[in-house]
Amino acid sequence: MFQPPPNVAKTVQITFEGQTYQVAPRQTVAAALMGEGYLTLRNSVVSGETRAAFCMMGICFDCLLEIDGRPNQQSCMIQVREGMNIQRQLKKGERA
Amino acid sequence: MSLTKYDYVIIGAGPAGMAAAVEACQYGLNVLVLDEQPTIGGQIYRNIEDLEEQRPGEFHQLGADYQEAFELAQRFHSSEAKYRPGRSIWQIDSDLTLYHIGQDGGPSETCHAPRILIATGAMERPMPFPGWTLPGVMACTAADVLYKSSGLLPRGEIVLLGSGPLLLLIACRLLDAGVKIAAYLDTNPHLAPFQALPYLPEALRGHDYLLKGIAMLWQMFTSGAKVHLGVTGIEAQGEAHLQKVQFQQGTATWKELTADLLLLHHGVVPNVQITRQLGCEHAWYEKQRYWEPVLDQWGNTSIENIAVAGDSGRVCGSANSVLTGRLAALETARALGKIDSSQQTALAVPLLKRQNQELAIRPFLDTLFPPRRPWLVPQNEETLICRCEEVSVREIRGAVRLGALSPDRVKPMIRCGMGPCQGRMCGLTASEIIADERQVSPVDVGYFRVRSPIKPITLGQLAGID
Ligand SMILES: Cc1cc2nc3c(=O)[nH]c(=O)nc-3n(C[C@H](O)[C@H](O)[C@H](O)COP(=O)(O)OP(=O)(O)OC[C@H]3O[C@@H](n4cnc5c(N)ncnc54)[C@H](O)[C@@H]3O)c2cc1C
Ligand code: FES
Repeated sequence: MFQPPPNVAKTVQITFEGQTYQVAPRQTVAAALMGEGYLTLRNSVVSGETRAAFCMMGICFDCLLEIDGRPNQQSCMIQVREGMNIQRQLKKGERA
Repeated sequence: MSLTKYDYVIIGAGPAGMAAAVEACQYGLNVLVLDEQPTIGGQIYRNIEDLEEQRPGEFHQLGADYQEAFELAQRFHSSEAKYRPGRSIWQIDSDLTLYHIGQDGGPSETCHAPRILIATGAMERPMPFPGWTLPGVMACTAADVLYKSSGLLPRGEIVLLGSGPLLLLIACRLLDAGVKIAAYLDTNPHLAPFQALPYLPEALRGHDYLLKGIAMLWQMFTSGAKVHLGVTGIEAQGEAHLQKVQFQQGTATWKELTADLLLLHHGVVPNVQITRQLGCEHAWYEKQRYWEPVLDQWGNTSIENIAVAGDSGRVCGSANSVLTGRLAALETARALGKIDSSQQTALAVPLLKRQNQELAIRPFLDTLFPPRRPWLVPQNEETLICRCEEVSVREIRGAVRLGALSPDRVKPMIRCGMGPCQGRMCGLTASEIIADERQVSPVDVGYFRVRSPIKPITLGQLAGID
């Protein structure tokens, strides 16, 4: 759905759901994951329906992920860091 | 955590905040700028420095505005202002103590200044319809942010929905970057151009913007995208992610399009989260149906020593944001005794003159692209209004019928506005639906009471406060 630019230096290593990826630096976690082909970032805590980043500016909170052990992080606001460990929060009923 | 003191704290490092900081530093003020984004530039000039350095070709394609903004960014960096990225303001007290947290989860910090400027910009107006929560449906500015900050370009069947200059601008930017847009579903009412006509003579003073607008329309309409005018209804459908959209023009039969990405735009509204938390007076702007803080020509709010600049006051674009930022800084320089009133007035003359020029096109634009009823009050009762708690139009109407006559009464009954976004995505729509159900104006219904913390904060982060 979103295609990253060709010829960018992918110098940062992140782990998403146990799998490692080399991604470009100085971009947000949500953008990096979209560049790797992941659109759905979480499930609604109410219905369990799939959700993806909607606003990319910190307003909607649809991009919440667990980052380095901390739940409910706005992945559209946080830049990727070397060694970052990212998990989805898929469990229905878990409230932010 | 000790209280750090400054002369002037500015929230937001967009055009308004940066311009205010540069101006204030010229008069020797000790300035702190806080912004929750990792980089300066605000929404419009997102990632501007990195773009200039890493992707110069794309930077130049963005146009002369970006060159000017880049120069402002450089002046901002070489000023004495202290800048802290990645800091979210979650509360301001009436004694002007300010509380902020970092994206790193570190403890909350406090600071204080005798004058505070809120330059937190605008956000897209929510545009609810059935299926707008599906992955693949996004605010159009989100696609723009992805492009500016990461060079990501959408691929597949791309459909645009809405109206207004920002949608056109972003569409043209995507076209310039080689993206193919499959369809453009324009929601503007047929009558709007006629209603805007009386404002055209005034708008001609801003003819640069008009010419740019005409060029963008031409580019969009000749791009090969299928254009559908007067769209009044839409449904996004798919298993787990967007696969198709069904849409209707007036009373015509519904049509179907395959779609991988649906980008929405229903205009832009001020981000009033902080001015609301503070209890500043707000007024209803009928033309664009939003609330804005009541301001004087220097940006002063109803609360002493708290001012607003840029699009968080009224949505008027980045050039005006710069001017309002500078005017607010002059007022602070005067209030803190760095310049006297006559100097302030003299310094403001050229700024006010340019502002008059900049604002000439606004009444025309605000009438040409009105927010439209099918998206303000969705017809389909099952449409989710509150994305966080998944509350529908039907539930809001039901709560009103049971006697909940204001957003604050509706909220605890059906949890509308109680999720992590704290009503940012549903507040305006909730007021519109309650008003519609009661057959009154949103002015009579009011808005959610915005309480601290305006950003979710953990107990661990709070532990840092004295
Ligand atoms: C997503 C988006 C994209 C846009 N793109 C364009 C465009 O390409 N062209 C155009 O002409 N207009 C665009 N606009 C309109 C544009 O926003 C304005 O005209 C201009 O950017 C307003 O400048 P500003 O300084 O008032 O606010 P902004 O540029 O929005 O800057 C506000 C800053 O405040 C920060 N902030 C907000 N709340 C907090 C808080 N609680 N704590 C800390 N910091 C906070 C934000 O992170 C942001 O950096 C866009 C609007 C949006 C919402
Ligand atoms: S995408 Fe909306 S808050 Fe992150």
